[in-house]
Amino acid sequence: MTTATVALPRRVNPAEGLRQTFTLAWRSLVQLKHNPMELLDLSIQPIMFVLLFTYVFGGAISGNTGDYLTFALPGIVVQNALFASLTTGVGLNTDLTKGVFDRLRSLPIARSAPLAGRIVADTVKQAWSIALILGLGIVMGFRVHGGVAGLLGAFVLLLVFGLAMAWIAVLVGLLASEPEKVQIFGFVVVFPLTFTSNAFVPTDTMPGWLQKWVDVNPVTILADAVRGLLSGGPAATHVGQSLLWAAAIAAVFAPIAVRTFKRRV
Amino acid sequence: MSEQTTHAILAEGLVKRFGDTTALDGVDLAVRRGTVLGLLGPNGAGKTTAVRILATLLRPDGGRVTVGGYDVVRDAHQVRRLIGLTGQYASVDETLTGLENLILIGRLLGLSRADARNRGRELLAEFRLEDAANKAAKAYSGGMRRRLDLAASLVGRPQVLYLDEPTTGLDPRSRNEMWDIVRDLVSDGVTVLLTTQYLEEADLLAEEIVVIDHGRVIATGTPDELKSRVGAQSLAVRPKYTVDAPIVESIVAQVAGRAPEAQGGLLVVPVTDPAVLPAVVRRLEEAEVPIGELALRGSSLDEVFLALTGHRAEDQNEDDNQPERILA
Repeated sequence: MTTATVALPRRVNPAEGLRQTFTLAWRSLVQLKHNPMELLDLSIQPIMFVLLFTYVFGGAISGNTGDYLTFALPGIVVQNALFASLTTGVGLNTDLTKGVFDRLRSLPIARSAPLAGRIVADTVKQAWSIALILGLGIVMGFRVHGGVAGLLGAFVLLLVFGLAMAWIAVLVGLLASEPEKVQIFGFVVVFPLTFTSNAFVPTDTMPGWLQKWVDVNPVTILADAVRGLLSGGPAATHVGQSLLWAAAIAAVFAPIAVRTFKRRV
Repeated sequence: MSEQTTHAILAEGLVKRFGDTTALDGVDLAVRRGTVLGLLGPNGAGKTTAVRILATLLRPDGGRVTVGGYDVVRDAHQVRRLIGLTGQYASVDETLTGLENLILIGRLLGLSRADARNRGRELLAEFRLEDAANKAAKAYSGGMRRRLDLAASLVGRPQVLYLDEPTTGLDPRSRNEMWDIVRDLVSDGVTVLLTTQYLEEADLLAEEIVVIDHGRVIATGTPDELKSRVGAQSLAVRPKYTVDAPIVESIVAQVAGRAPEAQGGLLVVPVTDPAVLPAVVRRLEEAEVPIGELALRGSSLDEVFLALTGHRAEDQNEDDNQPERILA
């Protein structure tokens, strides 16, 4: 019944969709060039955490800064990865509230490309922060006994966990009315989550009820997995549990986030 | 020829609800190829909702829309290949430069790196933005920003262009520039759907005007038809002494053929016949009524609405320009 005047393709083919995803990832990374504050956020903050924790708390907690670095560097890198995973939500929300998203949606591109492009770009940023923290730690005297395999393993595990967490960030980014609220969510949820773990301090001085939580907190499990991989000690159990957690988070939040996303696309 | 081939946009019985609010309540639109349709209405009338549906950003709850023969719901992807969208909610990326924004869109539309850059430069030159090519969009002035938004929607050389309030908030000079650009596009054969709150804008640019209010079409016609129904101009008379108001009112009513409305001390009536003015002056002289002020002025949207609906074009609480939010 429709008399179309021109024959146009009905949908985007997957190769085009992939190219559009990378174009949009390029866009997110070009933003860094114009917004040096974000680059600072990605670089200075991790460096600051490593330096402050090591030299301010290190001696008091572990007796000397070297021992503390060995203990805390894996925790710091985990904490940083969790915070960084929220940037996906902040960026997505900024696009939604500023109208960039509607512009993209009016273009004949894959519906998934704006979200996928952002996740690709944020994974690159995440990798940069992780490399920066581990590199700085090594310069400061952190010993990687786990070798290149352990280092790469920790790196990949952190990226995978960050990707799983990004689904929570996507959901929050879709629901929040402004980017600041995404950040508030990060502060209210991620901050206590990372501190009630063994990421920064040994847990034996914490009250018993807190220890019970700390032991099951996925941040503890992930920090132990990264410790194991970097130190070359036993890591299989914690790595396995971390991957299970990542899978569970993704299994719960990815479908909800995608459904919420589709309702807006 | 069928309607599908003569018309670039056909909408029938468009309905959209947001919760309890009915934003569109059975709107019909037909835009012939290569023409400009002006969608005129106050804030909250449903203009933006209509454009968002036509641009595949919102699904209608009822009715059917085709653009270039393609259904906006079923064939959304094809529709997106034909359209360009410029509106305050469909924005460029403020953190990127003007050129980067245009390259981004060119690349997304499948242009090679070099072609996307050339197309971007070409559009920047066309819209006198060359000097700002490497400046972040957030540093642009209002008029420049609007031109960049428009350039962004033209990267893919759309056949159908939606301009959602393209000049709202612009100074008169930027507004005139925008009008010139729209005229150029139409002379290139682009079909334009333009929403506006300004009667003047619709009058200047559109071949046909659809007036909507509360999500319903309340009038359709060429600008001339509409003006003859509504009165392109209003006659405003202020008697020197308020005691003379009743006699002035009756004279104006007799000559203009309808009762004037009192706006403060001013009596205003829409007029279509230019002979009304001298006739009123003569009758007032004969009656020896001293006059404080007497003028012919262009009808405002308010007066159009008053004439068409009997009520003023009040600003409504729901802001038409805001996309709906899920969480406050």
